[in-house]
Amino acid sequence: MTTDQLQKITSQVRRDIVRMVHAHQSGHPGGSLGCADFVTTLYFNVMHHQPSPFSMDGNGEDLFFLSNGHISPLWYSVLARSGYFPVSELATFRAINSRLQGHPTTHEGLPGVRVASGSLGQGLSVAVGAALTKKLNGDKSIVYSLHGDGELQEGQNWEAIMFAAAKKVDNLIATVDHNNQQIDGTVQDVLSLGDLRAKWEAFGWDVLQMNGNNTEEIIQTLKKAKEHTGKGKPVVILMTTVMGYGVDFMMNSHKWHGVAPNDEQLKKALEQLPETLGDY
Amino acid sequence: MKKYTFSEKKDTRSGFGAGLLELGKTNPNVVALCADLTGSLKMDAFQKAFPERFFQCGIAEANMMGIAAGMTIGGKIPFTGTFANFSTGRVYDQIRQSIAYSGKNVKICASHAGLTLGEDGATHQILEDIGLMKMLPGMVVINPCDYNQTKAATIAIAQHKGPVYLRFGRPSWPVFIPEKMPFEIGKAIVLSEGADVSIFATGHLVWKAIQAGEQLAEMGIIAEIINIHTIKPLDEKAVIQSVSKTGCVVTAEEHQLNGGLGDSICQLLSRHLPTPVEMVGVNDSFGESGTPEALLVKYGLDSKNIVEAVTRVMQRKKALV
Repeated sequence: MTTDQLQKITSQVRRDIVRMVHAHQSGHPGGSLGCADFVTTLYFNVMHHQPSPFSMDGNGEDLFFLSNGHISPLWYSVLARSGYFPVSELATFRAINSRLQGHPTTHEGLPGVRVASGSLGQGLSVAVGAALTKKLNGDKSIVYSLHGDGELQEGQNWEAIMFAAAKKVDNLIATVDHNNQQIDGTVQDVLSLGDLRAKWEAFGWDVLQMNGNNTEEIIQTLKKAKEHTGKGKPVVILMTTVMGYGVDFMMNSHKWHGVAPNDEQLKKALEQLPETLGDY
Repeated sequence: MKKYTFSEKKDTRSGFGAGLLELGKTNPNVVALCADLTGSLKMDAFQKAFPERFFQCGIAEANMMGIAAGMTIGGKIPFTGTFANFSTGRVYDQIRQSIAYSGKNVKICASHAGLTLGEDGATHQILEDIGLMKMLPGMVVINPCDYNQTKAATIAIAQHKGPVYLRFGRPSWPVFIPEKMPFEIGKAIVLSEGADVSIFATGHLVWKAIQAGEQLAEMGIIAEIINIHTIKPLDEKAVIQSVSKTGCVVTAEEHQLNGGLGDSICQLLSRHLPTPVEMVGVNDSFGESGTPEALLVKYGLDSKNIVEAVTRVMQRKKALV
């Protein structure tokens, strides 16, 4: 798929995100918009996966785990646009009786989701477990995961980071959304992560960096990351993004972490995001 | 009163170790994870026989639970092993979100539960774990009573699809359940029939209930002694059936009264068959260091306490007539 095609899909994904969050006046647009280029590229250009029929075990498929589950609007849009479930279902996000819960879950049987997330800090351990099972099964596929930067304040991450390096879980590519924003302010102000690259390296990971709002760079870095698998080290991509990317008034502020746009703001946002695949 | 004897004492954790080893031989999907307590959990035989299916996680229980959840994706059946305290309270949110809510086929195997852990004291003697685990939707909670039952339960839970909490302990304990007795999740075992009182016991206190039954028989009271190894799902039919006959109940467990077996039985009876109940368990207190036997005596979990509870509950039953 060409960069241009991917960018068109991403524009639609961003429209889906703001429309979903607006519809029930609830959800997390900031991180969802910031990671849209990455997750869209991963599903449409990188991962080998089978949307339908969905297999929970995913044997022979690349797997993706979203640890920062609050950016569910993004994931739901990408899953629907990839064919995991009807696009029309996006209209039910956060409503009663929906499979599209506020935070992702397997509980309502939504295809594409393999574990619940939302309570932060748990996704890397789960991804490591799935990667171990792939090794036991002789399955050469890759396990991908996405984490927030603020989320790394949860100690369980560092248990998993230590484990994956010590046990040579090298079929795993974790990505950190480094937008330097969390609910109470900048990550630096709330609880600084210090030198993040040095920390991952000291724990024994192969560390790559990229601009997560540049499709071409995402394609190239993911290609490189894949080449780095199977060499005895887990791989992490520290991905710099702008929270709220694509909607000018939502960019660069933690204020849009978990706030829904009103009618006027929605209109302004959609003017900046061309409809490419057709709204749901 | 049916006579129960034992020729040897063995720890229930060794029953777990033996069951796990057998599963390793019969079920290639079974994997084991441990948090630096391989010897204490008796997982060393499995580790030696199946090193590629054993995962040493270090002293990092939260990560172990998450890894176990992830390993189910692709068809493995993970058995995690650590002390009961670190298997539940320490990792409650990991179990809640990544295992229970996610419906993952993880077997949480927990040793050193309750007071009979002994000398290590209250930091390690969890008495709240049954309650914590039974509150989680879909979680099966099992507390076997001796070596043979623990071994059989370990093997049986591999066949159950979904999360299970298996609780066992440290001390050497009488082995009185027949080796070949099949283990059925959720099925109570009537150890001795009687019409005067129903004694529902779980874990180590099942043996105490048998001893109490013998003392009661000498007093002319014939107790129906029922082993509830599965606290959830509770064998409601068996409980109702026994209580319909006896009209009064004593429960016995090595756990807080809040949230334990007695609590489950009281909920059932208050809805379907209100009945006088006396509960033997720890009454809103932490434990302390000491030998297992000394602790059971001090905290009122001995056979003598069961006998006294029976006397009280039978008086209450009599007062109702």
